[in-house]
Amino acid sequence: MADPLLKVEDLKVEFPTRRGTLVAVDGVSLHIDPGEVLGVVGESGAGKSMTGNAIIGLLEPPGRVAGGRILFEGRRIDDLPYEEMRKIRGRHIGAIFQDPLTSLNPLYTVGRQLIETIRTHDEAVGETDARTRALGLLREVGIPAAEARIDHYPHQFSGGMRQRVVIALALCANPRLIIADEPTTALDVSIQAQIIALIKRLCREHGTAVMLVTHDMGVIAETADRVAVMYSGRIAEIGPVREVIKHPRHPYTVGLMGSIPKVGQRREKLTQIEGTMPRLNAIPRGCAFNPRCPKVFARCREERPDPRPTPGGAVACWLNAAAGRPA
Amino acid sequence: MDTAVARVADWWRRVLASDVLHSFRSSRLVMLSAAVAAIYFSGAMLAPWLAPQDPFDLAKLQLLDAFTPPVWMEGGEARFPLGSDNQGRDVLSTIMFGSRVSLLVGVASVLFAMLLGVTLGLISGYVGGSVDAFIMRVADIQLSFPAILIALLIDGMVRLAIPGSRHTELAVLVLILSIGLSFWVQYARTVRGVTMVEKNKEYVLAARVIGVPPALIMLRHVLPNVMGPTLVIATINLATAVITEATLSFLGVGVPPTQPSLGTLIRIGNDFLFSGEWWITIFPGAALAILVLSVNLLGDWLRDALNPKLR
Amino acid sequence: MSSAPRLVEITDLKRYFDVSSPWLNRVIEGRPRQIVKAVDGVSFGIAKGETFSLVGESGCGKSTVARLVVGLYPPSGGRIAFEGKEIGEDRTARAQVQSRMQMIFQDPYASLNPRWRVEDIIAEPIHTRKLIEGKKAIRDRVGELLSQVRLAPADMDKYPHEFSGGQRQRISIARALAGQPEFLVCDEPTSALDVSVQAQILNLMVELQQKFGLTYLFISHNLAVVFHLSTRVGVMYLGKLVEWADTAHLFERPRHPYTRMLLDTIPDLDLTGRQRQPVGGEVPSPINPPSGCSFHPRCPFATERCRAEPPNLRDVSGSSVACHAVEEGRI
Repeated sequence: MADPLLKVEDLKVEFPTRRGTLVAVDGVSLHIDPGEVLGVVGESGAGKSMTGNAIIGLLEPPGRVAGGRILFEGRRIDDLPYEEMRKIRGRHIGAIFQDPLTSLNPLYTVGRQLIETIRTHDEAVGETDARTRALGLLREVGIPAAEARIDHYPHQFSGGMRQRVVIALALCANPRLIIADEPTTALDVSIQAQIIALIKRLCREHGTAVMLVTHDMGVIAETADRVAVMYSGRIAEIGPVREVIKHPRHPYTVGLMGSIPKVGQRREKLTQIEGTMPRLNAIPRGCAFNPRCPKVFARCREERPDPRPTPGGAVACWLNAAAGRPA
Repeated sequence: MDTAVARVADWWRRVLASDVLHSFRSSRLVMLSAAVAAIYFSGAMLAPWLAPQDPFDLAKLQLLDAFTPPVWMEGGEARFPLGSDNQGRDVLSTIMFGSRVSLLVGVASVLFAMLLGVTLGLISGYVGGSVDAFIMRVADIQLSFPAILIALLIDGMVRLAIPGSRHTELAVLVLILSIGLSFWVQYARTVRGVTMVEKNKEYVLAARVIGVPPALIMLRHVLPNVMGPTLVIATINLATAVITEATLSFLGVGVPPTQPSLGTLIRIGNDFLFSGEWWITIFPGAALAILVLSVNLLGDWLRDALNPKLR
Repeated sequence: MSSAPRLVEITDLKRYFDVSSPWLNRVIEGRPRQIVKAVDGVSFGIAKGETFSLVGESGCGKSTVARLVVGLYPPSGGRIAFEGKEIGEDRTARAQVQSRMQMIFQDPYASLNPRWRVEDIIAEPIHTRKLIEGKKAIRDRVGELLSQVRLAPADMDKYPHEFSGGQRQRISIARALAGQPEFLVCDEPTSALDVSVQAQILNLMVELQQKFGLTYLFISHNLAVVFHLSTRVGVMYLGKLVEWADTAHLFERPRHPYTRMLLDTIPDLDLTGRQRQPVGGEVPSPINPPSGCSFHPRCPFATERCRAEPPNLRDVSGSSVACHAVEEGRI
C-alpha cells in the first residue's frame, strides 16, 4: 500500500485552564490516503473539530498539541513554526469551515480574495491569469453567472453560494488535502445536498483527499469512504463506511445508529443512549463510554481499551477483545 | 430559613469562584485603586469622628491659626498636618468633610441618573415603536448640550423660582437633580440596547407565552441583565459626576460655602495660590484628582471584567 | 380526515413584516415600502391528541406560524380558533386559551434565564397563574415535574449552566408542563441537539403525549424526525402551505414537486446506492417572491400557467396539494 497522505499518531490536545488541564483529544491515531474521504463523526465535545484544527495548526490558544505526531506526506508538521505551517496551510492543506462568513473578508470582492490567494501560493501567476483561474474555479464550484458574480462582495451571496466560494478558495492552490469542518451544517437541506454532491465531484476530479468533520451520520454515509467515530476525545471505532454503518461494533456506534430516526421505518421508540457525554473535566476511568454502555463489565471501568483491528479498521472496546460482536 | 442560608452560601461560593474576583486579584493596580476608593469612602463617611477638627464649628476656629503652612514646612504645626486655610480651618479636615459633600452629590446624582435612565431605557427597549422613538429623540436633544450647560441651566432656573435663603437649603438637592438629569441618556441608551437583545431571547418569549405581564418580565428577566453594563457606566459616571460637581462649585453655582465640597475648597484656595499659600488649593485639588483617577480605574477594570469580549 | 374534532383551526393566517428603511430614508431616497409576507394565507386544523408537523427550509415561515399560534405576534390577517372559539386580536379570548397552550423553543441555551435557579424557572407558570399556593407545595410539584422529564428532583437547586443541552431541553419541557397545557407548540426542539440526545428528547415527547393526551404542533426542518413523530405533515414554502397529508401518505406518495425534492435530500443511511438528483437553485428572497407559484423557478414541471397564476390547495387522493401540474394530471 502506498504511503498515506496524512498520518496522525497518538495525538493529544490539551487546554490548560485556571481549574486544571482539560484533555480535548486523547490518543487519536488515523490516516488518510490520497484521494480518500475520511469522515470524522461525533457529538459536540467529542474532539472532532479539535482534531481537525490540530492538523491544520489552528488550535485556539491556550489549546496545544501535547503529544503524538502529525505527518503530512511523510513530513512532521505538528512542530513547525507558525510561518512554515502557514505556507503548508492553503498550499497543501485547504480548510472549509462551518460558517462561510468567517472565512471570507467582507471588505473585498470574492474575485479579489480568490486572485490574492492564487497569487500568494504561486507568485509567478500574473493578475490576468489569476483572474481567469478564479473565474474557472467559480464556474467549477457551480456559481451561476460567474463573470458578474466575481466582482460581488460576500454579503451579496446566499449562504449556499458563499460556501461554494469558500470551497473555491480552498481549491485555489490545488491542495492534496482539505479539512472540511461541518461544511453543510449551517445550510438548508436542499443546499446541503448540493454542497455534498459538489465536494464529492471535486474530490473525484482533482484527486483531493478530504477529512470531513461532521455530527451528521447522513452526510458521512453520502460522502465518506471511511469513517472515524469519536467519543470523549478518543476514537471509538474506525473503518469503511459501509462496515461501520451496517455492522457497528462499538456499543456507542450501535446506539448512535439506532438513535437516528429513519424515514420508512416507523418505530415506536428510538434507541436511546442513556445519559450524556461526560464533560472534559470528568472523563471516567477506563473506557470513557463505560457509564452509559449497556454492555459494560468490570474491565471497562478499570482499563482503557486499545484499538483492535477489524476488517479495514479498528475498534476500541473490550467486548471485541474476544473477537465477539455486540448482539 | 434553611434555604435562605443555603442561597446565601451558594451565592458566596459563586462569587468566590467567579472570573470577576479572579481578575480583581490578578491586577495590583485595580486592588490599589479599590483600596484608595475605600479609604475615601470610609474617610468621608466617618469624617465627624476621624477628622482632627470640625471645620464647620465656628466656635473652635481661630483666625490666628489662619495660613499655617503644612507641618513639614517652617512654621507648621502638628495640629494642622496639611496646613490651615484663610479662616484657620485645618486643610486635612476640610478635605475630609469636602469629600463627604462631593461623594454625596456624586453618588446621589449617579443613583438618580441610573433610576431615570434604566427605567426609560427598559420602557424604550421593551415597548418599542413610537414610545421608543419619542424617548430616544429627547435623549438625542439632551445629548447635544454639554452636561455642565444643562446643570447651569437647571441651577439658574431653580434660583429664579426659589428665593435666596431657601435656595441655600435646597442647593445640594438642586445640584444632585441637575447633574443626574444630564447623565441619564447614557444609561437609557445602553439599557435600551441590552433590552432589545434580551426581549427577543427565547426565555423572554417563553415568559410571554406563559402569560407573565410585561412589567414583571422587565423587572425579573430583563433588569438583571442590564445591571452589569449599568454598574460599569455608574462607576465611570461617579468620577464624572464628582468632577462636574467640583466644576459647578468652582464656578460658584454649586454647594454653598458653608458646606464646602472639594470644588468649593479649590475655589477658595485659588485666591491664595499666588500669594504663596499654595496648600489651601493644591491639597484639595490633589485629593480630587486621586479620587477621580482611582474610581475611573475601577470602572475600566469592571468594564473589562464583566465583558471579556472587549479584551 | 376532517371528522375528528379540531382543537386548533387556522384559517387563511397571514403575517406580514414591514422591513422598509426608516421613514426619513424612504422620503429622501425615494425608496419604496418593503413588506415580507412571512406567512401568506395558511390554513390547517389540528385534531386533539395528534401531532401536526410543519416542515420547510429556513425562511418558509414555519416558525412564524408557531409564534402566531401562541400569540407572540398578532396576525396580519386570518383566524386562529381554539376549540371552535376564535382567538385573534381579542385579548380576553387570548388570555383564556393562553393558559392551555405552551411552547418549547429551539435553543436550549437561550430558552432558560441563566440567572434563575431551575426551581424558579419551572415554577414560573405556577406562580404566574397561581396554580399552587405555598412554597413547600410548589417545590414538591417542581420535583414531580423534574422526575417526569427524567431529571432528579434535587436538580431544582442548580442553575442552567450546570446542565447539558439535552438536560436543559428537559427543563424547558418541565416548565411547559408546569402550566398544565393541552396543546404544545414545539419550534425545532431538537435541532440544536446531538442525535443521541435528540432520540432521548423525542422519546420523552412521545411518552408525555401519551401520558397527558397532549396535542403537538411540531416545527422542524428534519424530515426524518417529522416522519418519526407526526400524525400529519404540512410542507411550507415561502410563507405558503404547498402540501399536507397523513404522514405515511406524504412520505410514500409525495405530490408536490417541492415535497419530492425535500424527500430526495434525506441522506441514504441504508447505503442502497440510490443516485440523488439534487435540485438546483435556492429559496428566493421573500421580499420579492416569484409571481404565480413561488416554486416555479426551481420546478422542473413549470409552465406558463405556473408563472402567472398562484395555485390553491386542492384535495388529490388523500393529500392536499397546491400545484397546477398535479391538478392537470401532468405529474
